[in-house]
Amino acid sequence: MEFLFNLISGISLGSIYAIIALGYTMVYGIAKMLNFAHGDVIMVGAYICFFATARYGLNPLLGVLLSMVVCTVLGIVIERLAYKPLRQAPALAVLITAIGMSYFLQNAAQLLWTSSPKVFPSVVKGSVKLFDGALSVSFVTIVTILVCVIIMVALVLFVNKTRIGKSMRAVSEDKGAAQLMGINVNSTISLTFAIGSALAAIAGVLLCSAYPTLVPTTGAMPGIKAFTAAVFGGIGSIPGALIGGILLGIIEIFAKAYISTQLSDAIVFAVLIVVLLVKPTGLLGKKVSEKV
Amino acid sequence: MKMKKVIATALVGFMAMGMLAGCGGGNDTQKDNQQGGDAVAAIKVGGTGPLTGGASIYGLAVQRGAEIAIEEVNAKGGIQFEFKMEDDAHDTEKAVNAYNALKDWGMQLSLNSVTTAPGTATSDLNFEDRIFGLTPSASGTGVTEGKDNVFQMCFADPNQGSASAQYIADQKLGTKIGIIYKNDDAYSSGIYQTFQAKAADLGLNIVSTTTFTTDSQNDFTVQLQDAKNAGADLLFLPMYYDAASLILGQAATMDYAPKFFGVDGMDGILTLEGFDTALAEGVMLLTPFSADAEDDRTKAFVAKYQDLYGEIPNQFAADAYDCIYALHQACEAAGATADMTAAELNDLMIEQFTSMSFDGLTGAGATWSENGQVNKDPKGMVIQGGVYVGM
Repeated sequence: MEFLFNLISGISLGSIYAIIALGYTMVYGIAKMLNFAHGDVIMVGAYICFFATARYGLNPLLGVLLSMVVCTVLGIVIERLAYKPLRQAPALAVLITAIGMSYFLQNAAQLLWTSSPKVFPSVVKGSVKLFDGALSVSFVTIVTILVCVIIMVALVLFVNKTRIGKSMRAVSEDKGAAQLMGINVNSTISLTFAIGSALAAIAGVLLCSAYPTLVPTTGAMPGIKAFTAAVFGGIGSIPGALIGGILLGIIEIFAKAYISTQLSDAIVFAVLIVVLLVKPTGLLGKKVSEKV
Repeated sequence: MKMKKVIATALVGFMAMGMLAGCGGGNDTQKDNQQGGDAVAAIKVGGTGPLTGGASIYGLAVQRGAEIAIEEVNAKGGIQFEFKMEDDAHDTEKAVNAYNALKDWGMQLSLNSVTTAPGTATSDLNFEDRIFGLTPSASGTGVTEGKDNVFQMCFADPNQGSASAQYIADQKLGTKIGIIYKNDDAYSSGIYQTFQAKAADLGLNIVSTTTFTTDSQNDFTVQLQDAKNAGADLLFLPMYYDAASLILGQAATMDYAPKFFGVDGMDGILTLEGFDTALAEGVMLLTPFSADAEDDRTKAFVAKYQDLYGEIPNQFAADAYDCIYALHQACEAAGATADMTAAELNDLMIEQFTSMSFDGLTGAGATWSENGQVNKDPKGMVIQGGVYVGM
């Protein structure tokens, strides 16, 4: 029973990592850049939903939609202002800019909304009891996993079956060649950011529904963990993000429960190192051979 | 051509930074000017604290609490204070720079730092430079240890831990005790260590000890399950209220309802925006300050703070408020004047603080030992119906 309980805790933590990791991996897969500000867009999404529902009493679903819209706009603006001018710059410059953007968002949130923590009103309340109440699974967990799977399937279909998806794949493979084929590289990348940021809004709402303390740094650590999950599953691979996220959550909880609460993070990252040593592209990562 | 571009970009960058810095600093300069205008010959009091970053809730509270007190003591006439707070972002290196900036400004008395890690660094400088330091809230022992001129307004961590254990034993609050503490935080693990040592002396039965870190401050199900399986009927939570609020929520979903016992960091949980105070029903804590206290001074302070900043002050604000009053009381008693050097004031202050008794918002009849730690009675509080009630 305890094993089952821990497994469920692990899956619920992992599903949160997975949903954040989807955004990371989507942007990385297409724009080939690590958007470290992703975690902070999540935080902004959570704040928007918080204000919409807790302060202005909006319907939670409308709150989620509103925060998706705001985050989409924010994502496009960030891309235009911070990343687009660096399209031709070395990858390192873009990476540093993303880190800078992450700090900028955190501090802006602090100025706007102060650093005092707020308790997020859960959008999905309640839990189901199994085995005569010995086990409880919260609805947030179930919803998160469902949403994760839906998003994953939708993204895979979108990228593989639609015209825009095709142009995204083309941009991801070779920007220059894609442009020669008449694909608008800039708007394709902007669209990728828009989708990634809308996903961030959903992730933010679910993250805060599960773990309701909201501060300007809320997105930072889950963002890093989710990035780890994305690498674990194979960065760029959409199903990989889901699997990586859930595995990371389970490993973290099991390490805490059966080995030591003090060492849990060390164990999580040790597992990551081992996986990357054995399979450098992550669990589902594609091996890309660079032609010289 | 390329060089020009690089220089141009760099210049734009600097200008942008300048603009941002201008925005951030605007408020402070204004306030400083105002105070400078009021006070002709004032003793300069400086302090560092996190005004930005994750810990800024504490630094801002201290800044605001101190500013309210400064205004009040200056309005009384007599010795005038001028106050300046520099940002250290809860970072040791930045705190040293901030301290040095204050020293250049001519700081004569110091509020040291708001948080423990920076406070340990700046108190070394207080000691070397012979500038008297009274920290509102840096509760670690490293802040005062071996420094004859650094004092604390808050309880030192060890005192909180042992006082909690003593209280639990005296009141027979629990037979099996579980502990969850934050092992990457000096405050939390400091309290845990002394609690554990004292509990062993008193024969308290600790059945479960688990930890978490800043990085894993989301999920507490494993820790709670461990305590539940061990049959803990009292859970000791030496941590700040943000983590504690999550623990209370998750324990409720698990149908685990031990008695919860917190320390002063738990204060603030009731004012946490959006928090369901029903979850905190029956939570006990030892704290020096409660914003719901009924005495006139606390009421006046809380009203003024709410009026100015739209928030209920936490104990950090109250500690800072008390610091200014304590310094003022000591200066008046010693006959200090604004033209004294920091070193002269330093000697007077040490003499005063080791002999005087001080009544503040955070406790009446406070005295200080020579090691800089404060002696005052923590108040045992229990949360009932969403408010603190004395135990």
